[in-house]
Amino acid sequence: MNIVIIGAGKFGRTLCEHLENEGHNITVLDSDADVTERLVEEYDVMGVCGSGMNVESLYEAGAAKADIFIATTGADEINMVSALFAKKLGAKHVIARVRDPMYRKQTGFMREEMGISMMVNPEADAACEIARMIKFPAAAKLETFAKGRIEMAEVRVTADSRLCNRSLKEIGHKLRYSALICAVQRGEEVVIPNGDYILREGDRINLTAVHSELSNFLKESGIITPKIRSIMIIGGGAIGFYLAKILSESGMGVKVIEADRANCERISSSLTKTEVVCGDGTNQQVLIEEGLLSFDAVVALTGVDEENIIVSLFAKAKGVDKVITKVNNANLLPIVASLGLDSVVSPKDITANIITSYVRAKQNAQGSGVMTLYKLAGGKLEAIEFEVGKTGKYLGVKLKELRFRENLLIAGIVKRNKLVIPNGESTIEAGDRVMVVTAKRYLEDLSQIFV
Amino acid sequence: MNFGAVVHIIGKILLTIAAIFVLPLTVSFIYKETGQLAFFIPMAILLALGLIMTVKPVKRKNVYIGEGFLIVVLSWLLISLFGAAPFLISGAIKSPVDAVFEMVSGFTTTGSTILTDIEALPHSLLFWRSFSHWIGGMGVLVLMLALTSNKDVKTFYIMRAETPGPKADKLVSKTKYTAQILYVIYMGLTVLEIVFLLLGGMPLFDAIVTAFATAGTGGFAIKNASIAAYNSVYCEYVIGIFMLMFGVNFGMYFLLLHGRLKDIWKSEELRCYLIVVAAATVVVAFNISGIAGSTAETVRQAFFTVSSTITTTGFVCVDYALWPTASKIVIFLLMFIGSCSSSTGGGIKIIRVIILAKLGLREIKHVGSPRIVRSITFDKKVLEPSVVSGIAAYIIVYMFIVGISVLLLSFDNLTFTESISGVVTCLNNVGPGFESIGAVGNFAALSDFSKIVLCINMLLGRLELFPILALFSRSLWKV
Repeated sequence: MNIVIIGAGKFGRTLCEHLENEGHNITVLDSDADVTERLVEEYDVMGVCGSGMNVESLYEAGAAKADIFIATTGADEINMVSALFAKKLGAKHVIARVRDPMYRKQTGFMREEMGISMMVNPEADAACEIARMIKFPAAAKLETFAKGRIEMAEVRVTADSRLCNRSLKEIGHKLRYSALICAVQRGEEVVIPNGDYILREGDRINLTAVHSELSNFLKESGIITPKIRSIMIIGGGAIGFYLAKILSESGMGVKVIEADRANCERISSSLTKTEVVCGDGTNQQVLIEEGLLSFDAVVALTGVDEENIIVSLFAKAKGVDKVITKVNNANLLPIVASLGLDSVVSPKDITANIITSYVRAKQNAQGSGVMTLYKLAGGKLEAIEFEVGKTGKYLGVKLKELRFRENLLIAGIVKRNKLVIPNGESTIEAGDRVMVVTAKRYLEDLSQIFV
Repeated sequence: MNFGAVVHIIGKILLTIAAIFVLPLTVSFIYKETGQLAFFIPMAILLALGLIMTVKPVKRKNVYIGEGFLIVVLSWLLISLFGAAPFLISGAIKSPVDAVFEMVSGFTTTGSTILTDIEALPHSLLFWRSFSHWIGGMGVLVLMLALTSNKDVKTFYIMRAETPGPKADKLVSKTKYTAQILYVIYMGLTVLEIVFLLLGGMPLFDAIVTAFATAGTGGFAIKNASIAAYNSVYCEYVIGIFMLMFGVNFGMYFLLLHGRLKDIWKSEELRCYLIVVAAATVVVAFNISGIAGSTAETVRQAFFTVSSTITTTGFVCVDYALWPTASKIVIFLLMFIGSCSSSTGGGIKIIRVIILAKLGLREIKHVGSPRIVRSITFDKKVLEPSVVSGIAAYIIVYMFIVGISVLLLSFDNLTFTESISGVVTCLNNVGPGFESIGAVGNFAALSDFSKIVLCINMLLGRLELFPILALFSRSLWKV
């Protein structure tokens, strides 16, 4: 597909990386010649230097023939205007990055009247993800499928848990739960395990289940679940603001530490229940004085990855139960993992996943389309939710009679809103939702999982 | 330096070259010639080497500019050496230096030859010589990029190092598709020329090899008297016009296919190119009006020679040694200017000449009124100062190389004109020089040392200096 991306900032680059891997023809428009040139050197894309508000530049970038047009500059207004321009020029689907809550209220109008297919907000998406992690703190990461009905959690195997040094078969016999372990990350490696696979200390397992079964599984396996009632948020940027809003609305105690006074006042004026402190969140003295030790969770959301990492390490050392770190630079992720920080969020990746799944779904309008897509374990693993179409040779056939490709697994089938953990007798029917976990494979249609 | 990736890509290039060898082999079977071994042996070696080098997957996938340069230079050396093998094995050329000179001249689309009797060669070798122009014109690496899948490694650096001109633009977002589009356009134009030449009554084999030599702006002919041997006004005009067409930026044909005529006319480089061709033709035509005979004859000779020189092809329809000095100087200057960027031609390139002229004019203005601020534009877009200074540096380095090479060549006891024109014609990938190495002469009499100097000049010219010179920078290797 022809994809035009406006703005080669952090988010634009991530999109480039994700979509280039999927084999699309990408053109990037940015007003900075240096930035465009570097991008072209790094990725197999075309770069055009110009403004997203300039119709001629948009035309030059091929917006008129674009299947998907994504405006991701730092300014909401530019994004909306260039998305509108592109739509008028003939782009099929346009996506705009819009952060201001005021603009987001008119999403319906923008979609129906102005033809903007989708408005994305990396900061809000990140805040939602962090909130989910806080509500289920045993998991390092938590993704949802089937409109939130099914969850996939990433859990670290500790030495004292009942999972350690046992094969999956054994675990299945000993513990009573209804969840499926669908992937194991060991070091840099990612495996889709079979029954004989033995879990070791330090492995990170991905499991799918409905929410209640997930906590059941953790109880059974002896992984301790801390309860979180109070959260300290360090950094009151856009993500911090959204997160404070979500958490305080659900009744948790939230304290935001922000260095900029004007920012502090803005947050406290719109979030009355939230405690806002003006101070340097990277100063350990400040954190102690503000009662770091009494909080159940700490979320480091400053603008600098390195500061977030240091603050998180400090909180962890002080014995805070749940520490969540924002890291945008993908190169830092292995280092962060080796430091023992497993709850990490990268805002741009979260939204890039949303757009990638949108692109794949658009690519495959017939058949079984992609509903949700997550890239996990640094992109080595994909979890995809398909809506099953009306035709397909696999419909109604027992799974044990079908031949699957290697390195993938059906993690769950949702039939009439109920999750079925698949076994050999299960069947896939039209209208079901099927979750597939795969390593190193590119899927855009359900039929591709069969030999 | 990521040697793993370099080896892998070079392996792919060797396989590409092995595949190319099928064509002259086919020709030799068609004409029922003996000595296919001359092609089989290098082909087998290339296949074996290529397979060994590509069998291991690349571990580190990063190819940066340093690796790109190394890949480009190595593959040009290798293709020249392997390309020379059939001449040596078949015994058509005795001396290894001569054989390599001939093939370097072929792949760099120079067209200087050391052969005194071209017509004595078998068809397969004649085909191979001319086909090397065709491959070298668009580039062997671009061909490799078009043919093979390179999902693993970043390849734009390679393409940029091989494409002539100060900056290479992609036509579409994927390097692979860009390379494919370029080759499709290239092939289409070549076939078109073959058809036109056939209509003019040229034999099929001659039409094909002549079209190859035109397309690559090379200049190898299969007759001792070059194009003049056909004695056909029609063919000369067809070749003359096609030479000009291959000297145009191939991006223009891409625009043409998309019906964006307006954008084509906006191209400053194209307009300037056509103006220079027209002006030079007029000057030469007036200058030689007494010598050539009828007006039609005069115009034809002037146009063909101008077109052949500015595109750095080097086909000959008349011995311009007999022309007055003014015309010779015009020809000499055209050698420097060369064709448009991203074409198959050589030389300094019109775009660089335009930008340098603008830089000069600005400096003159600046001296007169020091407070004036003026940015240099091209195609109505402001150029980054780094681009302009890069071009200025290019010319300085270029001039140094001319100076050093002329000095080295002069030890061969050539005349003043021969030394200078030999270097200029090789560095700009034109082909013939003046006097003994001129339109009707050849490079056979030069010493091995001079031939090697000229080989280096041809490669420097084709790859536009910096990819080769950068390899001598120590910091490049330390990455």
